Amino acid sequence: MCLAIPGRVISISGVGLERQALVRFGDVERVVNLCLTPEAVTDDYVIVHVGCAIRVLDQEEAQRALSLLHELASMERGHAVS
Amino acid sequence: MRFLEEFRDPVLAEAIVARIAGLVTRPWVLMEVCGGQTHAIIRYGIDQLLPDSVELIHGPGCPVCVTPVACIDEALELARRQDVIFATFADMLRVPGSDTDLLACKAMGGDVRTVYSPLDAVQLARENPGREVVFFAVGFETTAPVNALSVVQAKASSVDNFSLLVSQVRVPPAIEAIAGSLGNRVQAFLAAGHVCAVMGYWEYEAVAARLGVPVVVTGFEPLDVLLGIEAALGQLERGEARVENQYARCVDRDGNREAQNLMKQVFRETGQSWRGLGRLEASGLQLQGRYASYDAREKFALSGVPSRESGECLAGDVLTGRIRPYECPRFGRECTPDSPLGATMVSGEGACAAYYRYRRNAGAHRA
Ligand code: SF4
Repeated sequence: MCLAIPGRVISISGVGLERQALVRFGDVERVVNLCLTPEAVTDDYVIVHVGCAIRVLDQEEAQRALSLLHELASMERGHAVS
Repeated sequence: MRFLEEFRDPVLAEAIVARIAGLVTRPWVLMEVCGGQTHAIIRYGIDQLLPDSVELIHGPGCPVCVTPVACIDEALELARRQDVIFATFADMLRVPGSDTDLLACKAMGGDVRTVYSPLDAVQLARENPGREVVFFAVGFETTAPVNALSVVQAKASSVDNFSLLVSQVRVPPAIEAIAGSLGNRVQAFLAAGHVCAVMGYWEYEAVAARLGVPVVVTGFEPLDVLLGIEAALGQLERGEARVENQYARCVDRDGNREAQNLMKQVFRETGQSWRGLGRLEASGLQLQGRYASYDAREKFALSGVPSRESGECLAGDVLTGRIRPYECPRFGRECTPDSPLGATMVSGEGACAAYYRYRRNAGAHRA
C-alpha cells in the first residue's frame, strides 16, 4: 500500500492546494497533486503515492548508485575470470 | 520505466548476491518491515538467493493487514447507513470484519465506492452535497500527509459533508515493540523506504542506538532490497548498530518537511491497536484541533459494538514472524485470495497472499 512510483513531470498547472502536474509513467499519463513537493519543476521525476507527489527523485543519487553497482559487477566478473 | 527497470537488472543483482555470500560468517535474522518489500522478496525469490544462514522475517508493514477488526466493523457500520457514501482504497474491500466485509456490504446495497486517492473522495463529496462522504483513511506515514491534505482541501473549500475514518499507523513504535519483545529473534531491520521518504530517518537513530540493532532504509526494487540486506549484514558482521540509508535517491535524513508540517497541523499521535502486536502507545494518528470535526467517529457517534477476531486466522502470528504463511493449516485450503479468512491473504502486500501467489508449494522451498 505504500506503493509509490517515479514518473516524469510533463507540465504544471494551478496554485496552492490545487497545484498539480501531468505526470508520465511509461506509456500512461496521470494528473498528480503537487502540494507536498512545491519545489518540483517540469522534467523532474516525482515519487507518486495515492495521487500525490511525495518526493522529488534525486537523479544524481540514482546515477551514483547505479555506477557503483556497474563497477562492482565488472569487478565480480574480473574475479570470476582470474 | 526510468528509475524502476535499472534497479531490476539481474546481472547487477548477481554481483550483490556474490558479495553477500562472501560477507556472511554466521547465522543472522533480518526483518523487512514493509509489505511492499515482502512482496518483492517473494516475487523475485530474493530469500532463495541468500546464504542458508540468513533468515528473513516478514514484518507488519502492511496497513491493510494490521488494521484491527474493530476498525473494519466501524467501516461496515458507516457503509450500511443510507446517508453515507463510503469511499475506500480497493485493498480494504475484502478484509473480514466480525461478520462480513465491505464488498458483501456493497452487494447488500451499501454505497461503497473505490477511489484511487483520498483527494478523489473529497471530489466525491463536492459532487454529492446531499450525502455524507466518509473516506477510510488507512495507511502508514507514506499515506498520512495525503490523508491530511484531503481534510485541508475539504476545509479550505467548505466541503462539510466529508470525514475520515482514521486508522493510521506509525512505524517506529512497531519496530521498538518487536525488537523489545520477549523472544525477539530479529537482529536488524530494513526500514520502509517510502515511509522514510516522508519522515526522514532521524527518528530511527535513537531506536538503533537504544536497542543495538542496525536499521537500513531500503527501497522496493530487487537491487534496493539486496543492497539493504547487504548493508544490514555488513553491520551485523562488524558488530555495528546504526542507521544506514540505502535509498538515497528518495530519502534523506530530514524527510519531506512540507508533508510533515501538514501532518502536524491535522493529526496528533494516539494509541493504536495493531493486529498481531496489540495496542501500542503513540503508534497511531487522530484528527485534532480545527480538523477534529472531520473525524467520522465523532460525527456519527459510532457505537463501538464489541468485535470478534476470527479464531481460525493466524495473521497475528504471521505478522510477527512466529509462523510462515504456509505453516497456517488454512493456507491455500479454506483460505485463498478468492475467499480470504484474514487480512494478510487479502492485501497484495500481505505475506499470506505473496506466498500464495508466488510460492504455492512453499513448504518445499527453504524459506
Ligand atoms: S493463511 Fe489465511 S487463515 Fe492463515 S494466517 Fe494467512 S490469512 Fe489467516
